[in-house]
Amino acid sequence: MDSIKYFTFSMIIFISGIRGILLNRRNILIMSMSIESMLLAVNSNFLVFSVSSDDMMGQSFALLVPTVAAAESAIGLAIFVITFRVRGTIAVESINSIQGSGPFSLGERIRFELS
Amino acid sequence: MKLSVLSSPALVSGLMVVCLHSVWFPILVFRNTSGLILLLGLDFSAMIFPVVYIGAIAVSFLFVVMMFHIQITEIHEEVLHYLPESGIIGLIFWWEIFFILDIEIIPLISTQRNTTSLRYMVYAGKVRSWTNLETLGNLLYTYYFFWFLVSSLFLLVAMIGAIVLTMHRTTKVKRQDVFRRNTIYSRRIIMKRTPDPLTIYLRYRRLIGLNPIREMAVIFSRSWPLNLFKGFKHL
Repeated sequence: MDSIKYFTFSMIIFISGIRGILLNRRNILIMSMSIESMLLAVNSNFLVFSVSSDDMMGQSFALLVPTVAAAESAIGLAIFVITFRVRGTIAVESINSIQGSGPFSLGERIRFELS
Repeated sequence: MKLSVLSSPALVSGLMVVCLHSVWFPILVFRNTSGLILLLGLDFSAMIFPVVYIGAIAVSFLFVVMMFHIQITEIHEEVLHYLPESGIIGLIFWWEIFFILDIEIIPLISTQRNTTSLRYMVYAGKVRSWTNLETLGNLLYTYYFFWFLVSSLFLLVAMIGAIVLTMHRTTKVKRQDVFRRNTIYSRRIIMKRTPDPLTIYLRYRRLIGLNPIREMAVIFSRSWPLNLFKGFKHL
């Protein structure tokens, strides 16, 4: 019964993180923080079930998840800093208007629209 | 009671992360989750959580928020826009979890199978009790050392990536700007009339004398060693 309470808690934090990502398209800082909150919820879930089913694999993995979370938040913040420096805004709704050199770059898009 | 004392601030802060009036709310979520893990008996993980999550991640967010003067509070126009569909999906997820835990929540839509539910065994006291750190080390350094080494490589790559991405052009990196040098001294370079080391040294000595303070001042001024090539007097 205790396990359900812990699990409920991590589930609510996870869902609120998803809600934060969905609702905050205009603010990438809140989106990053919501992703961290999701990772925290999953991590806490791993730990709760590791204790509940008496297995060490959950705790070993729960030691690696903050590693990934910290690395990903560092890179995400670096990209955010650059984007903010260039564009002067933190809205990422229209971030796919940045032209890259991928398979659907400008020339091909024009050709695709004309055909 | 202990559980609710710690989990309710964590839940409230977790819901407030979405609004994010300050960076304080994620920090509270991390702190209270760490407390809950402590209640499970996992001391090492509960101590690592503040170090990694608050000390690294929340501090990074704090730096970004401080340095860019970001207006964090936004006008919520679309709060309830996604609520019907996402509410239904959230309830379906919630219901499916009870398949795993083997407990019935909605009596008509049964999630119980004919298996035993999970039991929580207390092995402490039956055997010599290891600390949490010992058990993690028993696995992580022997059988799963590969994960350990790969995660360190991963952190190295992330660090290099962050540095490379945010390196400004005007940061004081000791590089020689060859083009700038050529535009200033183009005549001398084209005519190949740069002075030999002896005259450079004599000019240096005449510039500074034997005073070590003046020597330090000249060396740390921005025009050194260019003033040697032009024969500038010390400013």
